[in-house]
Amino acid sequence: MTPGRMVEQAGEWLRGSGPQSDIVISSRIRLARNLAGYPFVNRGSRRQHHDLLDACRKRIVDKRLAENILWVPIDDALPIDRQLLVERHLISRPFAAGKNNVPRGVAVGGDETFAIMVNEEDHLRIQVLRSGMQLTEAFDQINRIDNVLEESVDYAYSRRFGYLTACPTNVGTGIRVSVMVHLPALRLTGEIEKVKRAAQQMHLAVRGMFGEGSEAQGDLYQVSNQTTLGKTEQELLADFEHTVVPQIVAYEHQARQLLIKQRPHQLDDRIHRAWGTLTHARVLGTDEVLQLLSHVRLGVNLGRLETTDIRTVNELFLLTQPAHLQKITNEAMNPAARRVARAKMIRQRLGAR
Amino acid sequence: MKRKCDKCSRPATHHSVEIVKGEKIEKHLCDAHAAEEGLSLQAVHTPINELLTNFVKLHAGVESDDDTKTAGDLVCDQCGITFSDFRESSLLGCPHCYTTFEAPLGPLLERAHEGGTHHIGKVPRRAGVAEQRQAQLSRLRRRLDDAVEAEDYELAAQLRDELTTMEDPS
Repeated sequence: MTPGRMVEQAGEWLRGSGPQSDIVISSRIRLARNLAGYPFVNRGSRRQHHDLLDACRKRIVDKRLAENILWVPIDDALPIDRQLLVERHLISRPFAAGKNNVPRGVAVGGDETFAIMVNEEDHLRIQVLRSGMQLTEAFDQINRIDNVLEESVDYAYSRRFGYLTACPTNVGTGIRVSVMVHLPALRLTGEIEKVKRAAQQMHLAVRGMFGEGSEAQGDLYQVSNQTTLGKTEQELLADFEHTVVPQIVAYEHQARQLLIKQRPHQLDDRIHRAWGTLTHARVLGTDEVLQLLSHVRLGVNLGRLETTDIRTVNELFLLTQPAHLQKITNEAMNPAARRVARAKMIRQRLGAR
Repeated sequence: MKRKCDKCSRPATHHSVEIVKGEKIEKHLCDAHAAEEGLSLQAVHTPINELLTNFVKLHAGVESDDDTKTAGDLVCDQCGITFSDFRESSLLGCPHCYTTFEAPLGPLLERAHEGGTHHIGKVPRRAGVAEQRQAQLSRLRRRLDDAVEAEDYELAAQLRDELTTMEDPS
């Protein structure tokens, strides 16, 4: 199987189901792990990179972590396939770009709930991605994977610092817990900056849909922990489950109710203008599409727009991205051509002409 | 759309929602009342990576500082990086760096991890035997690299066998 086969549908995490999925789009956990006996990736020799890659690939595949594991050698993959995996959140941007062209690869579970990058910044970056608020389930799954891998490799670990990582910001548990939340009402009421500040005070990072350095397109934000040393995995999960996520969700709900109460016409206008544009425009750029989809998604969730459903909208967030668009249309296109093809695909998927 | 302060008619600039025993408690206050309530935002927390970069840069700039200078000259005897290299890239070179640079890293980590100084999370099941084995594996692997470099394939093959046996006892 090749990455190209994934393209027609969104991965598990965009199914639009799962607890609190009106606001919490997805739950993601990743673990950073390194093997004892090798230098970290940034100091490894080419031969060491190859040795480690081969050893890890064999073990991941042998351990049968899932049915139908897809192994993609990233350094050999076409740029568009790498981009496709980035858009599906299965690999990171730096991993796709590959500074120094380090030999590297990713194992993807058949249902795309997990991915293991080999030779990223750390030897292993294991991630589990699920739709809606499912951090407990995600943690159980990733912990199982970690335990299985540990049976056949020696992790670099010290009693004082825990799991040793190339960058000391990940040392200790090596865990990053994050939720992707859709916060259109907080953006419309202008309170999003305050939420960001509050999150930062709780030592959380708030980023856009595509992680570090990306803008929050489509009102999608990723909220994640920064502290990995001196806190257990369970404490961190409990923070997210009992404090962080409920507060953000309550805040967004409150902003939505405020809009309905105080500016219902303006709210409906936004939602239906967005719908009108998406179903009639002939030329659409990615940023504009994400903003329009955000308002349509808000309309569907509030029951104020009944011409489409959440799954269709969620899928469009992904399928309108450049690599997906070109894979679906099976055509390499420049940005101008993509804008036309994007508008056409959206009209088709939304049942317009 | 601006909400008013709970206690006066000025626009609310500070908002908080707390969940206490399932009850949602909201507060919306203007700057003055927020300060009174102690709700006013303290210095905004800096994201870790930034903190680390700033911290590293800051210390890189004060080479006259005796401690820092000594720390900067520290060399990891397994991967060869210096503490100054780490300051440049924010990346360590190998697991052993954590031992080599433990002294200068300690306070840095404490600041980056909300005061955390020691790992209290998951422990690998094989952690007990791990440390000695880790050192041994590193040594073997370095000898293997040297052997390949020197084109001593006989030694390389032998070391490779040793490594395989060690890594895969089954």
